[in-house]
Amino acid sequence: MSLFEIKNAKKSFGDLQVLNDISISVDEGEVVAIIGPSGGGKSTLLRCATMLERMDSGTLTYLGEDAARPDGAGGITYASPADLKRITGYFGLVFQNFNLFPHYSVLKNITDAPICVQKRDKSEVMKVAADLIRKMGLEGKEDYYPQQLSGGQQQRVAIARALAMNPQILFFDEPTSALDPELTAEILRVIRGLAKEKMTMVIVTHEMSFAKDVADRVVFMDGGYIVEQGRPEDVLVNPKEERTQRFLDRFSN
Amino acid sequence: MDLTNFMSICSQIMGGFGRTLLIFFITLIFSMPLGLLVARGRMSSVTLVKRLVQVIISILRGTPLMLQLIVVFYGPYFIFGSKLSSSWRMMAVMIGFSINYAAYFGEIFRAGFEAVPPGQLEAARVLGYSKIQTYWKITFPQMCKRVIPPVTNEVITLVKDTSLAFALAYTEMFTLAKQIAAAQSNIAPLFVAGLFYYIFNFVVAWIMELIEKKLGYYN
Repeated sequence: MSLFEIKNAKKSFGDLQVLNDISISVDEGEVVAIIGPSGGGKSTLLRCATMLERMDSGTLTYLGEDAARPDGAGGITYASPADLKRITGYFGLVFQNFNLFPHYSVLKNITDAPICVQKRDKSEVMKVAADLIRKMGLEGKEDYYPQQLSGGQQQRVAIARALAMNPQILFFDEPTSALDPELTAEILRVIRGLAKEKMTMVIVTHEMSFAKDVADRVVFMDGGYIVEQGRPEDVLVNPKEERTQRFLDRFSN
Repeated sequence: MDLTNFMSICSQIMGGFGRTLLIFFITLIFSMPLGLLVARGRMSSVTLVKRLVQVIISILRGTPLMLQLIVVFYGPYFIFGSKLSSSWRMMAVMIGFSINYAAYFGEIFRAGFEAVPPGQLEAARVLGYSKIQTYWKITFPQMCKRVIPPVTNEVITLVKDTSLAFALAYTEMFTLAKQIAAAQSNIAPLFVAGLFYYIFNFVVAWIMELIEKKLGYYN
Protein backbone atom coordinates (compact mmCIF):
# COMPACT_ATOMS: atom_id res chain seq x y z
CA MET A 1 0.00 0.00 0.00
CA SER A 2 1.28 3.44 -0.73
CA LEU A 3 1.74 5.43 2.44
CA PHE A 4 2.21 8.69 0.70
CA GLU A 5 1.25 9.88 -2.71
CA ILE A 6 1.46 13.17 -4.50
CA LYS A 7 -0.16 13.44 -7.93
CA ASN A 8 0.14 16.07 -10.66
CA ALA A 9 1.64 18.53 -8.22
CA LYS A 10 2.18 21.98 -9.62
CA LYS A 11 3.74 24.91 -7.82
CA SER A 12 5.07 28.19 -9.06
CA PHE A 13 6.59 31.20 -7.39
CA GLY A 14 5.58 34.13 -9.55
CA ASP A 15 6.64 33.30 -13.09
CA LEU A 16 8.91 30.50 -12.00
CA GLN A 17 7.34 27.06 -12.34
CA VAL A 18 9.10 25.06 -9.60
CA LEU A 19 7.06 21.88 -9.78
CA ASN A 20 5.77 20.75 -13.17
CA ASP A 21 3.17 18.05 -12.79
CA ILE A 22 5.10 15.93 -10.31
CA SER A 23 3.71 12.54 -9.29
CA ILE A 24 5.37 10.22 -6.85
CA SER A 25 4.21 7.58 -4.42
CA VAL A 26 6.04 5.89 -1.60
CA ASP A 27 5.27 2.44 -0.23
CA GLU A 28 5.50 1.30 3.35
CA GLY A 29 9.08 0.52 4.31
CA GLU A 30 10.49 2.12 1.20
CA VAL A 31 13.45 4.50 1.24
CA VAL A 32 13.41 7.05 -1.57
CA ALA A 33 16.32 9.37 -2.27
CA ILE A 34 15.66 12.52 -4.26
CA ILE A 35 18.68 13.97 -6.01
CA GLY A 36 19.23 16.72 -8.50
CA PRO A 37 20.73 20.16 -9.00
CA SER A 38 19.84 23.10 -6.75
CA GLY A 39 16.69 24.84 -7.85
CA GLY A 40 15.44 21.62 -9.42
CA GLY A 41 12.40 21.53 -7.14
CA LYS A 42 13.52 18.90 -4.60
CA SER A 43 13.02 21.01 -1.50
CA THR A 44 9.80 22.52 -2.82
CA LEU A 45 8.44 19.02 -3.38
CA LEU A 46 9.25 18.16 0.23
CA ARG A 47 7.72 21.41 1.46
CA CYS A 48 4.53 20.73 -0.50
CA ALA A 49 4.44 17.16 0.80
CA THR A 50 4.74 18.41 4.39
CA MET A 51 2.26 21.23 3.74
CA LEU A 52 4.70 23.99 4.57
CA GLU A 53 3.92 25.20 1.07
CA ARG A 54 0.54 25.09 -0.65
CA MET A 55 0.46 23.45 -4.06
CA ASP A 56 -1.22 25.34 -6.88
CA SER A 57 -2.87 22.13 -8.01
CA GLY A 58 -2.61 18.41 -7.50
CA THR A 59 -3.49 15.70 -5.03
CA LEU A 60 -1.76 14.92 -1.74
CA THR A 61 -2.63 11.67 0.02
CA TYR A 62 -1.41 10.02 3.20
CA LEU A 63 -2.60 6.49 4.09
CA GLY A 64 -5.46 6.85 1.66
CA GLU A 65 -6.65 10.14 3.17
CA ASP A 66 -6.64 13.18 0.93
CA ALA A 67 -4.94 16.20 2.44
CA ALA A 68 -5.51 18.11 -0.79
CA ARG A 69 -7.36 17.37 -3.99
CA PRO A 70 -8.32 19.22 -7.18
CA ASP A 71 -11.37 21.41 -6.72
CA GLY A 72 -12.62 20.63 -10.22
CA ALA A 73 -11.98 24.16 -11.45
CA GLY A 74 -8.26 23.83 -12.01
CA GLY A 75 -7.43 24.80 -8.41
CA ILE A 76 -6.98 22.86 -5.23
CA THR A 77 -8.86 22.37 -1.97
CA TYR A 78 -7.17 21.36 1.24
CA ALA A 79 -8.92 19.23 3.85
CA SER A 80 -10.48 20.82 6.96
CA PRO A 81 -8.11 22.03 9.68
CA ALA A 82 -9.08 19.10 11.91
CA ASP A 83 -8.31 16.60 9.14
CA LEU A 84 -5.06 18.35 8.29
CA LYS A 85 -4.05 18.25 11.93
CA ARG A 86 -4.56 14.49 11.98
CA ILE A 87 -2.75 14.04 8.68
CA THR A 88 0.18 16.15 9.94
CA GLY A 89 0.65 13.44 12.56
CA TYR A 90 1.38 10.87 9.84
CA PHE A 91 4.65 12.43 8.79
CA GLY A 92 7.77 13.94 10.27
CA LEU A 93 10.29 16.32 8.74
CA VAL A 94 13.96 16.74 9.49
CA PHE A 95 15.30 20.11 8.36
CA GLN A 96 18.62 21.05 6.88
CA ASN A 97 19.15 23.57 9.70
CA PHE A 98 17.68 21.33 12.42
CA ASN A 99 15.27 24.05 13.61
CA LEU A 100 15.43 22.82 17.17
CA PHE A 101 13.76 25.03 19.76
CA PRO A 102 16.73 26.86 21.32
CA HIS A 103 14.95 27.60 24.60
CA TYR A 104 14.07 23.95 25.22
CA SER A 105 16.45 21.33 26.54
CA VAL A 106 17.20 18.27 24.43
CA LEU A 107 14.65 16.26 26.40
CA LYS A 108 11.95 18.92 26.11
CA ASN A 109 12.56 19.31 22.38
CA ILE A 110 11.81 15.61 22.02
CA THR A 111 8.93 15.27 24.48
CA ASP A 112 6.99 18.51 24.24
CA ALA A 113 5.02 17.89 21.05
CA PRO A 114 4.06 14.27 21.92
CA ILE A 115 2.79 15.49 25.30
CA CYS A 116 1.23 18.82 24.33
CA VAL A 117 0.12 18.14 20.76
CA GLN A 118 -0.61 14.43 20.72
CA LYS A 119 -1.73 14.50 24.38
CA ARG A 120 0.05 11.24 25.07
CA ASP A 121 0.73 9.97 28.53
CA LYS A 122 3.75 11.72 30.00
CA SER A 123 5.43 8.63 31.43
CA GLU A 124 5.00 6.77 28.14
CA VAL A 125 6.54 9.69 26.22
CA MET A 126 9.44 9.86 28.68
CA LYS A 127 10.16 6.20 28.08
CA VAL A 128 10.02 6.63 24.31
CA ALA A 129 12.33 9.67 24.61
CA ALA A 130 14.81 7.75 26.76
CA ASP A 131 14.93 4.99 24.13
CA LEU A 132 15.42 7.49 21.31
CA ILE A 133 18.12 9.33 23.22
CA ARG A 134 19.99 6.07 23.68
CA LYS A 135 19.48 5.09 20.06
CA MET A 136 20.78 8.45 18.85
CA GLY A 137 23.81 8.26 21.14
CA LEU A 138 22.75 11.31 23.12
CA GLU A 139 22.92 9.84 26.62
CA GLY A 140 23.87 12.45 29.19
CA LYS A 141 22.79 15.31 26.90
CA GLU A 142 19.15 15.37 28.06
CA ASP A 143 19.47 18.67 29.90
CA TYR A 144 21.70 20.40 27.37
CA TYR A 145 20.40 23.18 25.17
CA PRO A 146 20.79 22.92 21.39
CA GLN A 147 23.44 25.68 21.29
CA GLN A 148 25.67 23.57 23.52
CA LEU A 149 25.73 20.68 21.05
CA SER A 150 27.62 20.04 17.82
CA GLY A 151 25.73 20.22 14.53
CA GLY A 152 25.71 16.45 14.27
CA GLN A 153 24.29 16.10 17.78
CA GLN A 154 21.68 18.75 17.04
CA GLN A 155 20.59 16.91 13.92
CA ARG A 156 20.32 13.68 15.92
CA VAL A 157 18.10 15.49 18.43
CA ALA A 158 15.99 16.74 15.50
CA ILE A 159 15.65 13.18 14.20
CA ALA A 160 14.68 11.97 17.68
CA ARG A 161 12.16 14.83 17.94
CA ALA A 162 10.56 13.74 14.66
CA LEU A 163 10.57 10.04 15.61
CA ALA A 164 9.01 10.68 19.02
CA MET A 165 5.80 11.61 17.17
CA ASN A 166 5.60 8.05 15.80
CA PRO A 167 5.34 9.18 12.18
CA GLN A 168 4.45 6.71 9.44
CA ILE A 169 6.88 8.40 7.09
CA LEU A 170 9.88 10.61 7.68
CA PHE A 171 11.08 13.31 5.28
CA PHE A 172 14.64 14.60 5.32
CA ASP A 173 15.50 17.89 3.63
CA GLU A 174 19.24 17.74 2.95
CA PRO A 175 19.92 16.56 6.50
CA THR A 176 23.70 16.75 6.19
CA SER A 177 24.16 19.91 4.10
CA ALA A 178 24.79 22.13 7.11
CA LEU A 179 27.30 19.73 8.64
CA ASP A 180 31.05 19.24 8.43
CA PRO A 181 32.08 16.07 6.56
CA GLU A 182 33.01 14.20 9.73
CA LEU A 183 29.62 14.98 11.24
CA THR A 184 27.84 13.96 8.05
CA ALA A 185 28.90 10.36 8.56
CA GLU A 186 27.22 10.09 11.95
CA ILE A 187 23.89 11.33 10.58
CA LEU A 188 24.08 8.99 7.60
CA ARG A 189 24.74 6.14 10.02
CA VAL A 190 21.61 7.03 11.96
CA ILE A 191 19.49 7.15 8.79
CA ARG A 192 20.95 3.84 7.64
CA GLY A 193 19.92 2.35 11.00
CA LEU A 194 16.37 3.60 10.49
CA ALA A 195 16.30 2.09 7.00
CA LYS A 196 17.25 -1.28 8.53
CA GLU A 197 14.25 -0.98 10.83
CA LYS A 198 12.07 -0.48 7.77
CA MET A 199 11.23 3.15 8.50
CA THR A 200 9.60 4.70 5.43
CA MET A 201 11.73 7.66 4.40
CA VAL A 202 12.08 10.25 1.67
CA ILE A 203 15.49 11.87 1.68
CA VAL A 204 16.59 14.87 -0.35
CA THR A 205 20.35 14.52 -0.48
CA HIS A 206 23.56 15.39 -2.27
CA GLU A 207 25.31 12.31 -0.89
CA MET A 208 25.36 10.06 -3.94
CA SER A 209 27.13 7.11 -2.41
CA PHE A 210 24.79 7.22 0.54
CA ALA A 211 21.77 7.34 -1.79
CA LYS A 212 23.21 4.37 -3.58
CA ASP A 213 23.49 2.16 -0.54
CA VAL A 214 20.54 3.18 1.50
CA ALA A 215 17.80 3.96 -1.02
CA ASP A 216 15.43 1.46 -2.59
CA ARG A 217 14.65 4.01 -5.25
CA VAL A 218 16.39 7.11 -6.52
CA VAL A 219 14.47 10.00 -8.06
CA PHE A 220 16.34 12.54 -10.16
CA MET A 221 14.66 15.94 -10.39
CA ASP A 222 15.63 18.84 -12.59
CA GLY A 223 13.78 21.93 -13.78
CA GLY A 224 10.69 21.02 -11.81
CA TYR A 225 10.35 17.62 -13.48
CA ILE A 226 11.10 14.09 -12.40
CA VAL A 227 13.58 13.28 -15.12
CA GLU A 228 14.24 9.72 -14.13
CA GLN A 229 13.61 7.30 -11.30
CA GLY A 230 14.40 3.71 -10.52
CA ARG A 231 16.71 1.42 -8.63
CA PRO A 232 19.85 3.20 -7.40
CA GLU A 233 22.19 1.05 -9.46
CA ASP A 234 20.25 1.97 -12.60
CA VAL A 235 19.79 5.68 -12.01
CA LEU A 236 23.16 6.36 -10.43
CA VAL A 237 25.32 4.01 -12.45
CA ASN A 238 23.61 3.57 -15.79
CA PRO A 239 21.18 6.44 -16.16
CA LYS A 240 18.93 6.40 -19.18
CA GLU A 241 18.65 10.15 -19.45
CA GLU A 242 21.42 12.40 -20.62
CA ARG A 243 20.52 15.05 -18.05
CA THR A 244 21.00 12.57 -15.23
CA GLN A 245 24.35 11.54 -16.67
CA ARG A 246 25.51 15.16 -16.92
CA PHE A 247 24.51 15.80 -13.30
CA LEU A 248 26.31 12.69 -12.09
CA ASP A 249 29.42 13.54 -14.10
CA ARG A 250 29.59 16.90 -12.43
CA PHE A 251 29.35 15.20 -9.08
CA SER A 252 32.05 12.61 -9.59
CA ASN A 253 34.79 15.12 -10.37
CA MET B 1 21.92 72.31 53.20
CA ASP B 2 22.53 70.63 56.52
CA LEU B 3 21.70 67.05 57.36
CA THR B 4 18.43 67.80 59.17
CA ASN B 5 17.21 69.82 56.23
CA PHE B 6 18.27 67.05 53.85
CA MET B 7 16.43 64.45 55.90
CA SER B 8 13.30 66.56 56.03
CA ILE B 9 13.39 67.10 52.24
CA CYS B 10 13.86 63.36 51.80
CA SER B 11 10.91 62.47 53.95
CA GLN B 12 8.69 65.02 52.18
CA ILE B 13 9.76 63.73 48.78
CA MET B 14 9.12 60.17 49.88
CA GLY B 15 5.47 61.14 50.02
CA GLY B 16 5.49 61.66 46.26
CA PHE B 17 7.70 58.68 45.59
CA GLY B 18 4.80 56.32 46.30
CA ARG B 19 2.83 57.92 43.50
CA THR B 20 5.80 57.76 41.16
CA LEU B 21 6.05 54.05 41.92
CA LEU B 22 2.33 53.67 41.33
CA ILE B 23 2.49 55.29 37.87
CA PHE B 24 5.55 53.20 37.08
CA PHE B 25 4.10 49.81 38.01
CA ILE B 26 0.58 50.43 36.69
CA THR B 27 2.05 51.57 33.38
CA LEU B 28 4.24 48.48 33.10
CA ILE B 29 1.41 46.12 34.05
CA PHE B 30 -0.94 47.54 31.42
CA SER B 31 1.38 48.68 28.65
CA MET B 32 3.21 45.38 28.21
CA PRO B 33 0.18 43.17 27.44
CA LEU B 34 -1.26 46.05 25.43
CA GLY B 35 2.07 46.20 23.59
CA LEU B 36 1.68 42.52 22.64
CA LEU B 37 -1.70 43.39 21.19
CA VAL B 38 -0.20 46.33 19.30
CA ALA B 39 2.55 44.07 17.92
CA ARG B 40 -0.08 41.54 16.87
CA GLY B 41 -2.11 44.24 15.12
CA ARG B 42 0.98 45.69 13.50
CA MET B 43 1.83 42.25 12.03
CA SER B 44 -1.79 41.50 11.08
CA SER B 45 -2.44 40.11 7.63
CA VAL B 46 -5.57 42.26 7.52
CA THR B 47 -4.34 45.43 5.84
CA LEU B 48 -6.95 47.65 7.49
CA VAL B 49 -5.94 46.52 10.99
CA LYS B 50 -2.26 46.90 10.19
CA ARG B 51 -2.67 50.43 8.77
CA LEU B 52 -4.89 51.52 11.65
CA VAL B 53 -2.36 50.32 14.22
CA GLN B 54 0.42 52.00 12.24
CA VAL B 55 -1.42 55.32 12.32
CA ILE B 56 -2.10 55.04 16.05
CA ILE B 57 1.56 54.21 16.76
CA SER B 58 2.65 57.10 14.58
CA ILE B 59 0.48 59.56 16.53
CA LEU B 60 1.48 58.20 19.94
CA ARG B 61 5.16 58.38 19.10
CA GLY B 62 4.95 61.61 17.17
CA THR B 63 3.28 63.84 19.77
CA PRO B 64 4.44 64.78 23.28
CA LEU B 65 3.37 62.45 26.06
CA MET B 66 2.45 65.53 28.07
CA LEU B 67 -0.07 66.54 25.43
CA GLN B 68 -1.48 63.00 25.32
CA LEU B 69 -2.01 63.09 29.08
CA ILE B 70 -3.92 66.37 28.73
CA VAL B 71 -6.05 64.92 25.91
CA VAL B 72 -6.91 61.84 27.98
CA PHE B 73 -7.74 63.95 31.03
CA TYR B 74 -9.94 66.54 29.32
CA GLY B 75 -11.33 64.16 26.69
CA PRO B 76 -14.42 63.08 28.69
CA TYR B 77 -15.26 66.71 29.42
CA PHE B 78 -15.07 67.79 25.78
CA ILE B 79 -16.76 64.68 24.40
CA PHE B 80 -19.39 63.90 27.03
CA GLY B 81 -19.35 67.04 29.16
CA SER B 82 -18.51 64.88 32.19
CA LYS B 83 -17.26 66.43 35.36
CA LEU B 84 -13.58 65.73 35.97
CA SER B 85 -13.10 64.21 39.43
CA SER B 86 -9.76 63.97 41.17
CA SER B 87 -9.83 60.19 40.96
CA TRP B 88 -10.15 60.62 37.19
CA ARG B 89 -6.95 62.69 37.34
CA MET B 90 -5.09 59.65 38.57
CA MET B 91 -6.85 57.35 36.11
CA ALA B 92 -6.01 59.68 33.23
CA VAL B 93 -2.34 59.61 34.15
CA MET B 94 -2.32 55.79 34.20
CA ILE B 95 -4.29 55.49 30.95
CA GLY B 96 -2.18 58.08 29.15
CA PHE B 97 1.10 56.48 30.19
CA SER B 98 -0.08 52.93 29.46
CA ILE B 99 -1.27 53.75 25.96
CA ASN B 100 1.83 55.74 25.10
CA TYR B 101 4.20 53.05 26.34
CA ALA B 102 2.15 50.32 24.66
CA ALA B 103 2.98 51.95 21.33
CA TYR B 104 6.72 51.82 22.04
CA PHE B 105 6.64 48.32 23.52
CA GLY B 106 4.50 47.18 20.59
CA GLU B 107 7.18 48.19 18.10
CA ILE B 108 9.91 46.57 20.18
CA PHE B 109 7.91 43.34 20.52
CA ARG B 110 7.18 43.31 16.80
CA ALA B 111 10.90 43.55 16.00
CA GLY B 112 11.48 40.73 18.51
CA PHE B 113 8.87 38.50 16.93
CA GLU B 114 10.20 39.18 13.45
CA ALA B 115 13.69 38.20 14.58
CA VAL B 116 12.55 34.66 15.45
CA PRO B 117 13.75 32.55 12.50
CA PRO B 118 10.94 31.32 10.20
CA GLY B 119 12.33 27.79 10.63
CA GLN B 120 11.00 27.84 14.20
CA LEU B 121 7.46 28.33 12.94
CA GLU B 122 7.92 25.65 10.31
CA ALA B 123 9.19 23.15 12.87
CA ALA B 124 6.23 23.95 15.12
CA ARG B 125 3.83 23.52 12.22
CA VAL B 126 5.20 20.15 11.17
CA LEU B 127 5.02 18.98 14.80
CA GLY B 128 1.35 19.94 14.83
CA TYR B 129 1.44 22.79 17.37
CA SER B 130 -1.65 24.98 17.14
CA LYS B 131 -1.23 28.68 16.43
CA ILE B 132 -1.80 29.55 20.08
CA GLN B 133 0.66 26.91 21.28
CA THR B 134 3.23 28.10 18.76
CA TYR B 135 2.84 31.66 19.99
CA TRP B 136 3.12 30.97 23.72
CA LYS B 137 5.54 28.04 23.64
CA ILE B 138 7.84 28.88 20.75
CA THR B 139 7.82 32.47 19.53
CA PHE B 140 6.89 34.41 22.66
CA PRO B 141 9.74 33.09 24.87
CA GLN B 142 12.28 33.67 22.11
CA MET B 143 10.92 37.16 21.48
CA CYS B 144 11.22 38.01 25.20
CA LYS B 145 14.87 37.13 25.29
CA ARG B 146 15.64 39.25 22.25
CA VAL B 147 13.84 42.37 23.42
CA ILE B 148 15.29 42.71 26.92
CA PRO B 149 17.91 45.36 26.01
CA PRO B 150 15.48 47.75 24.23
CA VAL B 151 12.80 47.10 26.86
CA THR B 152 15.32 48.05 29.56
CA ASN B 153 15.81 51.36 27.77
CA GLU B 154 12.08 52.01 27.76
CA VAL B 155 11.63 51.05 31.39
CA ILE B 156 14.42 53.42 32.42
CA THR B 157 12.86 56.18 30.35
CA LEU B 158 9.53 55.46 32.01
CA VAL B 159 11.03 56.04 35.46
CA LYS B 160 11.98 59.55 34.40
CA ASP B 161 8.85 60.16 32.34
CA THR B 162 6.66 59.67 35.41
CA SER B 163 7.58 63.28 36.22
CA LEU B 164 5.42 64.37 33.26
CA ALA B 165 2.36 63.61 35.39
CA PHE B 166 2.81 67.15 36.69
CA ALA B 167 1.03 68.23 33.48
CA LEU B 168 -2.18 67.02 35.14
CA ALA B 169 -1.16 68.39 38.52
CA TYR B 170 -0.82 64.87 39.81
CA THR B 171 1.63 65.29 42.65
CA GLU B 172 4.17 62.59 42.11
CA MET B 173 7.74 62.95 43.31
CA PHE B 174 8.98 65.59 40.89
CA THR B 175 5.91 67.80 41.19
CA LEU B 176 6.28 67.62 44.94
CA ALA B 177 9.99 68.44 44.76
CA LYS B 178 9.20 71.52 42.70
CA GLN B 179 6.60 72.62 45.23
CA ILE B 180 9.05 72.18 48.10
CA ALA B 181 11.76 74.00 46.13
CA ALA B 182 9.39 76.91 45.49
CA ALA B 183 8.32 77.05 49.11
CA GLN B 184 11.92 77.02 50.39
CA SER B 185 13.29 79.16 47.55
CA ASN B 186 15.97 76.54 47.24
CA ILE B 187 16.72 74.15 44.39
CA ALA B 188 18.16 71.46 46.68
CA PRO B 189 14.88 69.46 46.73
CA LEU B 190 15.16 69.04 42.94
CA PHE B 191 18.60 67.51 43.34
CA VAL B 192 17.31 65.23 46.05
CA ALA B 193 14.55 64.14 43.65
CA GLY B 194 17.24 63.54 41.00
CA LEU B 195 19.06 61.32 43.46
CA PHE B 196 15.87 59.34 44.02
CA TYR B 197 15.37 58.84 40.27
CA TYR B 198 18.97 57.76 39.90
CA ILE B 199 18.75 55.17 42.67
CA PHE B 200 15.42 53.94 41.33
CA ASN B 201 16.92 53.48 37.88
CA PHE B 202 20.01 51.87 39.30
CA VAL B 203 17.76 49.22 40.85
CA VAL B 204 15.72 48.92 37.64
CA ALA B 205 18.85 48.38 35.54
CA TRP B 206 20.10 45.80 38.02
CA ILE B 207 16.81 43.89 37.94
CA MET B 208 16.68 43.98 34.14
CA GLU B 209 20.20 42.62 34.02
CA LEU B 210 19.13 39.74 36.27
CA ILE B 211 16.19 39.04 33.97
CA GLU B 212 18.47 39.15 30.94
CA LYS B 213 20.81 36.65 32.59
CA LYS B 214 17.89 34.43 33.53
CA LEU B 215 16.49 34.45 30.01
CA GLY B 216 19.96 33.86 28.57
CA TYR B 217 20.02 30.34 30.00
CA TYR B 218 20.03 28.72 26.61
CA ASN B 219 23.16 30.25 25.15
